[in-house]
Amino acid sequence: MKKTFGYLILLALALAAPFVVYPVLLMKLLCFALFASAFNLILGYGGLLSFGHAAFFGGAAYFTGHALKAWGLPTELGILAGTAGAGLLGLAIGLLAIRRQGIYFAMITLAMAQMAYFFFISAPFTGGENGLQGVPRGMALGMFDLSNDRTMYFFVLAICLGGFLLIARAVHSPFGQVLGAIRDNEDRARSLGYDIERYKLLAFVLSATLAGLAGATKTVVFQLASLSDAHWHMSGEVVLMTLLGGLGTIAGPAVGASIIIALQNYLASGPFAAWVPVVLGVIFVTCVLSFRRGVVGELRAFIRRSF
Amino acid sequence: MNKTDDFILETRGLTKEFKGFTAVSEVDLRIRRHTIHALIGPNGAGKTTVFNLLTKFLTPTRGTIAFNGRDITAAKPAEISRMGVVRSFQISAVFPHMTARENVRVALQRKLGTSFHFWRSERSLHKLNDRADELLAMVGLERFTDAVVADLPYGRKRALEIATTLALDPEMMLLDEPTQGMGREDVELVTQLIRKVSANRTILMVEHNLGVVSTLCDAITVLQRGAVLTEGTYAEVSADPRVKEAYMGKAA
Ligand SMILES: Nc1ncnc2c1ncn2[C@@H]1O[C@H](COP(=O)(O)OP(=O)(O)OP(=O)(O)O)[C@@H](O)[C@H]1O
Ligand SMILES: [Mg+2]
Repeated sequence: MKKTFGYLILLALALAAPFVVYPVLLMKLLCFALFASAFNLILGYGGLLSFGHAAFFGGAAYFTGHALKAWGLPTELGILAGTAGAGLLGLAIGLLAIRRQGIYFAMITLAMAQMAYFFFISAPFTGGENGLQGVPRGMALGMFDLSNDRTMYFFVLAICLGGFLLIARAVHSPFGQVLGAIRDNEDRARSLGYDIERYKLLAFVLSATLAGLAGATKTVVFQLASLSDAHWHMSGEVVLMTLLGGLGTIAGPAVGASIIIALQNYLASGPFAAWVPVVLGVIFVTCVLSFRRGVVGELRAFIRRSF
Repeated sequence: MNKTDDFILETRGLTKEFKGFTAVSEVDLRIRRHTIHALIGPNGAGKTTVFNLLTKFLTPTRGTIAFNGRDITAAKPAEISRMGVVRSFQISAVFPHMTARENVRVALQRKLGTSFHFWRSERSLHKLNDRADELLAMVGLERFTDAVVADLPYGRKRALEIATTLALDPEMMLLDEPTQGMGREDVELVTQLIRKVSANRTILMVEHNLGVVSTLCDAITVLQRGAVLTEGTYAEVSADPRVKEAYMGKAA
């Protein structure tokens, strides 16, 4: 009951927000919150550190940009195309990487993502260093003109909410139970008859698909898909967001993403613009050294201790 | 088929080498259906390695394994489990972040066939709660259904492991030192439990507690340095001077 109430308040805030805060910043926040939540599905709930999620985020950004700009697809279909593309890419990379563990898994995903990056640099449709510019926002449901930032915001909010709900459901599903068991004790899960690689692969593909949804949506918001979306910096940033917010908590990654984006946004306009990477680095180290559960994880532990 | 020749599990020349070191050497095991069979031997004899070979957590260097007359040497661990051979582990194997009930339910839910359904609510698993609680009660864990397993004492974790294994209703259970690290009362409890669940089942167990072996087991295989030293009933094996020597050798 209390929980439902909390969610309703959050929803009300989200609906009111664009009348107070600059909608483009809010949309960026939402997209990265979704990206980090998708990433958390594989790191927090699957126990696998992927260092190549930029490939899915950036890949979907390019696919969607191309579908909207060159093929003139309606906005929804363009986003869908990018998302599906990221899912397929996830399947291909997942099939290669899923049998590896720990650092080897991270290395293979990184290597595959770098290959994707080089492909995006040299492929003709991506616009190379300049990126894919001037992607049309189009209309939502053929009725609502998305060139209006507030209209666009509600469209993005609907997409991201859908993504969050799917993630929350997946975590609390029969599949989520098996995934949790595998994370807790792989050998035992195997001895109970579960082909654990197939469960991990599904988690990876789901994660890649939703990361793609975030990247595709971001392209529509900024009307731009660029190399930085697919760069390994992006893979590192999403790790940071997830750890900072709280690994394996539903809300954590979204909170972490919000903090990082707000910080970047705040610093970028001041005299400390060049120091952004340093600040992020310090946050990362502090987080790993002194509050490993992340903001949401620590908060939860604190509430449990005190009540 | 003659009952006395009805072997559920048979190995021939089972061998495992680790970089030149032979941990299991030419083992021919024959486990009769519906018996409790013990695998004993000093530390490092290769008992756990045999378990790992039988359940395919390790691939044999040589030799074959047949279950119900079918060659399973090339099967995968999860397949072995689905065929009806389910193992436990020497170090208690539970899912520490889940509750006791959820632990058992993970084993039960496989049969529903919805384990890949990421869009379905967890509530669809609640219909398994009654069966899970029944299994927990069977091992004396009825008071701990909602306890997070990481907080349970060691003996309780081992009992939970047995309940989880039983949830699969396996034709054959492999138990690696089920009473290890338990107090006398718990040992007594687990012994009775194993006897209870052995009806219509075959059990192969590694056990150091010879009291447990003598009360439970129909047949015993003694391993020493990876090879079978001798086989027989408890009376036969315990009278064998080589067995005493093997154990004394370990003590010396
Ligand atoms: N993965 C491995 N790599 C190398 N050597 C191994 C491996 N697994 C087991 N061994 C070795 O094989 C031998 C048999 O080990 P195993 O664990 O099967 O013994 P055990 O009979 O179960 O002993 P215990 O009673 O202590 O449990 C030991 O000498 C062990 O060091
Ligand atoms: Mg052992």
